[in-house]
Amino acid sequence: MTASTRIVSASPHIKQGDSTPTIMWSVVASLVPVVASAIYFFGPSAILVLAASTAGALAPESLLGGRGARSLRDGSAAITGILLGLTLPPGIPLWMAFLGGAFGIGFGKLVFGGLGQNVFNPALLGRAFLQAAFPVAITTWPIRAESWWNLRGDNFALPLMSPSVPEAMTGATPLGLMKFEQMTTPSWDLMLGTTGGSLGETSGLIILICGLYLAARRHLDWRIPASILGSVALFSTLLHGLDAARYPGPVFMLFSGGLMLGAVYMATDMVTSPVTHRGCWIFGAGIGFLVLVIRLWGGLSEGVMYAILLMNALVPFINRATQPRIFGTLGVGGES
Amino acid sequence: MSELSWIFLSAMVVNNFTLALFLGLCPFMGVSARVETALRMGAANIFVLVLTSLTVSFLNAFILERAPYLRIISFIVVIASLVQIVETVIKKVSPTLFRELGIYLPLITTNCAILGLAIFQTNRDYNVFEGLAFALGAGFGLTLALVLMASIREETELADVPSIARGMGLVLIIAASLSMGFMGFAGLLSST
Repeated sequence: MTASTRIVSASPHIKQGDSTPTIMWSVVASLVPVVASAIYFFGPSAILVLAASTAGALAPESLLGGRGARSLRDGSAAITGILLGLTLPPGIPLWMAFLGGAFGIGFGKLVFGGLGQNVFNPALLGRAFLQAAFPVAITTWPIRAESWWNLRGDNFALPLMSPSVPEAMTGATPLGLMKFEQMTTPSWDLMLGTTGGSLGETSGLIILICGLYLAARRHLDWRIPASILGSVALFSTLLHGLDAARYPGPVFMLFSGGLMLGAVYMATDMVTSPVTHRGCWIFGAGIGFLVLVIRLWGGLSEGVMYAILLMNALVPFINRATQPRIFGTLGVGGES
Repeated sequence: MSELSWIFLSAMVVNNFTLALFLGLCPFMGVSARVETALRMGAANIFVLVLTSLTVSFLNAFILERAPYLRIISFIVVIASLVQIVETVIKKVSPTLFRELGIYLPLITTNCAILGLAIFQTNRDYNVFEGLAFALGAGFGLTLALVLMASIREETELADVPSIARGMGLVLIIAASLSMGFMGFAGLLSST
């Protein structure tokens, strides 16, 4: 008799091909056009910064032994590194990008016990850390370089040395222009990405298309970006109607800054977003609202990162509040 | 009216006592293990803050004008006696809560958020209503921080936290992350 290869197991008997690694790697794959556009717009600096932040994210994962080995293979650390790189300005010194990735993964994810147990989005935590530690370097935006091959800043500055920033090289983001100089940028420039800004926050259309692909494959919950973009559009339309001179319109708000990247890739992180559908709507609306509050009335020109981090902190609370009633019981959580 | 709501929002969110000014960290770390306890600790703090603010307004108006050197000592006496009242009331009304809050209840006395409120209020020359709005904002801000922290801690209770970060280490890291999130509010409302 030949050994039987039949395996008797409990349900489910029909399995889907999706697993954590396949989902993570398909997110990485969907980031390819975004990364490509970043390289197209910002040249070799984009490659260097992305490589440094990804290396920074991978380093603690691989250093911390067996626990990290699993998450290296599933690609989640690589996503964190790439996403962090995409939120950084192209001229940032590489050691800062590396440090941000290492901080994000180390303090945002590994101390909580690794993938699936972190509370805050590691990439955004890394960026918040960089923003707190190096507020100048992270808000120095380059103007368009003469040649694609030129570095867009002092990428090779040594650690703890102040990077040399020639005055002529600093530009401004559309949001900064709006906030501090009351200048708006044409909508088409914003959508196509021919504006200043961080690596991944220039071309809104490309990110939107990548997001549609991920949503179609169900690798992100479409409710989150839909509610974020919807609430931003709604509130900015209302404010624009109230005082058109002071508050820019919805198209500008939607396509400027890191909103698209945040809405599609950061807020939809499966670990740090709410479990319930109703919770997702609340989560997204909260992010959209906070983004506008910080952008319009705050001291900073961009608030997507902080909005998402703050709503990440509220996720346990949202989950608890939107917990559905168990059928046949009276209270939440199955109290009969 | 808008001035009052400005003071309230500023104390609650923008200059949150715990997450932006790092005052009152003791209950923030100590009683943030469960949401219910955190809520009640927040309520106790709001109560003490409001009464402190009223008493301090009174003291500033009638007594400390003539004897400014008595300021800190009189604040401390006021706070200590208020906390004593709260303690007696809670012990009578809810012995369970009294046990849950444990040492952190009398420690409200030395909670720097309360003394901080009294001193900020004096330095900024708030009148009674402004002081009240300030105290309510600070109290709700403390409660907000406590509840956020507690809900996150409940969530991470089952997480596979490595031994180096277990316990207070993780709490401090969460606190730092929350605080970095609140940095986004920096400068909010100041331009208007």
